[in-house]
Amino acid sequence: MVKRATKPESGLLFDQADWDFDTLWRTFDAIEQVAREDLELDFYPNQIEIISSEQMLDAYSSIGMPLMYHHWSFGKHFLGHERLYRKGARGLAYEIVINSNPCISYCLEENTMPLQALVMAHAAFGHNHFFKSNHLFEQWTDADGILDYLEYARRFIASCEEKHGLEDVEATLDAAHSLMPHGVFRHRRPRQLSLREAEEQRQARIAAAEQNVYYLWNTIPDADEGQQSQDSGLLDRKRDMQLPEENLLYFLEHYSPVLTSWQREILRIVRNIGQYFYPQKQTKVMNEGCACFIHYYILNKLHEQGRLSDGAMLEILHSHTNVLTQPDFDDPRFSGINPYALGFAMMEDIKRVCLNPTEEDREWFPDIAGSGDWRNVLKHAWANYRDESFIQQFLSPAVMRRFRMFAISDESSSRYCTVTGIHNSHGYRHLRDALALDHDLSALEPDIQVADADLLGDRCLHLKAVRRNSVPLDADSKLATLKHVERLWGYKVEITEVDAHR
Amino acid sequence: MAHFIDRRLNPKDKSLSNRRRFLKRVRSQIKKAVEDAVRERGIADVDRAKDVTVPTKGVAEPSFRKSADGGLRERVFTGNKSFQAGDRIEKPPRGGGGGGGRQGSADGDGEDDFLFALSREEFLDFFFDDLELPDLIKQSLKEITRTHPHRAGYSTSGAPANINITRTMRNALGRRIGLKRPKDKEAEDLLKQILKLEKAASPTSEQREELAALRARYEEVVRRRKVVAYIDPLDVRYNYFEQQPEPNANAVMFCLMDVSASMGEREKDLAKRFFMLLHLFLSRRYEKTEIVFIRHTHDASEVDEDTFFYSPQTGGTVVSTALVVMKEVIEARYPPSEWNIYAAQASDGENFSGDSQKCVSLLSEDLMRVCQYFAYVEIVGEDEAQLINSEATGMELWESYGRVAEIWPNFARKRVSAIADIYPVFRELFAREPAGKNHG
Repeated sequence: MVKRATKPESGLLFDQADWDFDTLWRTFDAIEQVAREDLELDFYPNQIEIISSEQMLDAYSSIGMPLMYHHWSFGKHFLGHERLYRKGARGLAYEIVINSNPCISYCLEENTMPLQALVMAHAAFGHNHFFKSNHLFEQWTDADGILDYLEYARRFIASCEEKHGLEDVEATLDAAHSLMPHGVFRHRRPRQLSLREAEEQRQARIAAAEQNVYYLWNTIPDADEGQQSQDSGLLDRKRDMQLPEENLLYFLEHYSPVLTSWQREILRIVRNIGQYFYPQKQTKVMNEGCACFIHYYILNKLHEQGRLSDGAMLEILHSHTNVLTQPDFDDPRFSGINPYALGFAMMEDIKRVCLNPTEEDREWFPDIAGSGDWRNVLKHAWANYRDESFIQQFLSPAVMRRFRMFAISDESSSRYCTVTGIHNSHGYRHLRDALALDHDLSALEPDIQVADADLLGDRCLHLKAVRRNSVPLDADSKLATLKHVERLWGYKVEITEVDAHR
Repeated sequence: MAHFIDRRLNPKDKSLSNRRRFLKRVRSQIKKAVEDAVRERGIADVDRAKDVTVPTKGVAEPSFRKSADGGLRERVFTGNKSFQAGDRIEKPPRGGGGGGGRQGSADGDGEDDFLFALSREEFLDFFFDDLELPDLIKQSLKEITRTHPHRAGYSTSGAPANINITRTMRNALGRRIGLKRPKDKEAEDLLKQILKLEKAASPTSEQREELAALRARYEEVVRRRKVVAYIDPLDVRYNYFEQQPEPNANAVMFCLMDVSASMGEREKDLAKRFFMLLHLFLSRRYEKTEIVFIRHTHDASEVDEDTFFYSPQTGGTVVSTALVVMKEVIEARYPPSEWNIYAAQASDGENFSGDSQKCVSLLSEDLMRVCQYFAYVEIVGEDEAQLINSEATGMELWESYGRVAEIWPNFARKRVSAIADIYPVFRELFAREPAGKNHG
């Protein structure tokens, strides 16, 4: 082959910025060798797709998924991204990776060869390993079936548009999207269904849902016979509908008196997609940290072996550092803690603790300090934690000092904010708790549950929002969202905010 | 174990349909943005892409979320410089910006608008949509002023410079084959054989006979080659050009406007839209379109666009001054033989008494002879528009122009009180085209 002739001598994988498929193959194999033999990673088969910048923008706007149904909000995001990109205000991501089996990574064609190497190590091995091994993903997502499911969802929604009109479908989707964060099971583990089972269940559910509606109508005349006490009625309802229910979409899908079966199916689709992304939202720090750690390790290894040139390594490090910058709180670029930076720093620190622990580390991490076996410690962490618990378990004083962390509490009635802890021996534990809580999704998102719905009575849907630390719901968006809920429920919807018992 | 797939050639614009859905949804907001753009933009660059801002309200995707203030919250920051545990920091005053690191959830009030870019086509769609313009108008601007040769097939006669060699040679070849013209090689071969036989010192009788036969054939061949010419005048084809009339590529558009105090913001905006539309049509039709702005009060002058629309001036109103300036400019710079001249005049209808007669004579005797079109729009208040029912009655200027309109079919006058009225002016202008042809 002609390409063979251009293969650089001296063991370098590549010696120029341009890439071609041969070089990609060669580099991929080298990376895979390190990943498999040195790090002993476990990952799905890889499928790497090279796409152009327009296609990247397309993928961006439909929440990164390759096949997505059509909705105006994706168009809105597309226009927003496109404008920023054309103005040069924002670059594009180098890659997008999808938690599926085979694991699909999209790489931008404009990446230089060193960047492609970085991106492959990062996405195709880092994220891929995390997706396959982390327990949240294993339990809650179905990597084998997601692409099929998306394809099914797209076809289903397109067929609904044909049958029931664009506007109706759009209105249902709008309402469902607004409840997407409240369409996941946080505590109950959903049953894992194969695609066929899911389809069978869907058919059965459609039939049952129709039955339900008939049943409801049939029972209305009989309502007067049971003049039992109010309380026992409420208890019955709570038992029948398994209240309180935190998955609003699930509840509406099953008990809404007005939805037709295709609308219920749309709710179900939105709910499933929300559920699919839920583990990713819970593991931002770990997922990115894991991918960064792995690409950093692999590429350094290749550089040590003399297979990456110094120039390529410098370019890789340049991009690496760009992504991993953590600006200070008073920096105009500051927008919270950078999950890449935090995750990477913590994982590098775990490695350090395993290899050269200090006295402090021995006190904080007696289990792993000096054990030397950082590969397994990290793999264990990647598999069994999520952001909140990972920080709670592994955030070390050294990392807190490095980031010069401090916690501020803000009581709205007070004129002052108070610094509640800094990176010193009194503050480490408090900082760690505060940071962990800051990454606990269930604490970040409002806690809203279905409290009661009397289908035989006034049919008013009662929602209960439990305020944590008396932080109220945003009033404007609450009203707007309630309208959406009312559209799905068909009757009055009330929401009460209650302070959590402390 | 890994697959590489090159997707670059796959269709892009996967989200085109999403984009359309979004635009449809924010139609009303975009229309407003387009209207604003029309107000801000210069006449010559209406038809460009546009950044559109849509208030988040219309396209918000609400969800239950925590309010940005109220209650107790605790956050961890990085980069501590001098804080100690227990320090108290005064909160920045409400609404005062500049709080470091508080951008986290500023999505609540919907004050940041959603900004995106509208392509040129999308922009024009919305612009025309507003005025409900049918396509046919966009093509009906036409005035024949010169001709240009266009290829129109072949002819059997013409100048030698126009010979079409391919076609000529093809005809010749066909004819030669059809008439069985002997080829060069055939004649040469015969000649060679003859010479060879002639060389023989003592030819046998057989050879002599053969020679005679060959000679006879050779003569026949030579004769045929003479009769059937290699290229016959019959074969020759010439490129044929037809002189097709073409519109003159240059157009100049005169914008005349009364800028006295009685013309307010609304009136100027309507006038500007009218001028924009006219310019848009002209620039589609002509390769080069120039605009001349003439404003007048009691005195007229040629000005640039900004001054024309935005610079205030006080004084009386003498319309004829503008026509005089226009005439001077035409004489100085735009000979009617080379330029298509269009004029659009906007006014609120007031004029110095007695001046209107002068306008009529200026128009009838000079300007209308050289103008393709002269459009006059009278901008009236919306309440006023309801009171005036008749085309015939109006102020002095309106009535005087009525007389011009009777004589000159390419003169149009129209009252405009709202944006939607602008379009009918154009319809009248261009619907009258056939009648105009009969005259000319």
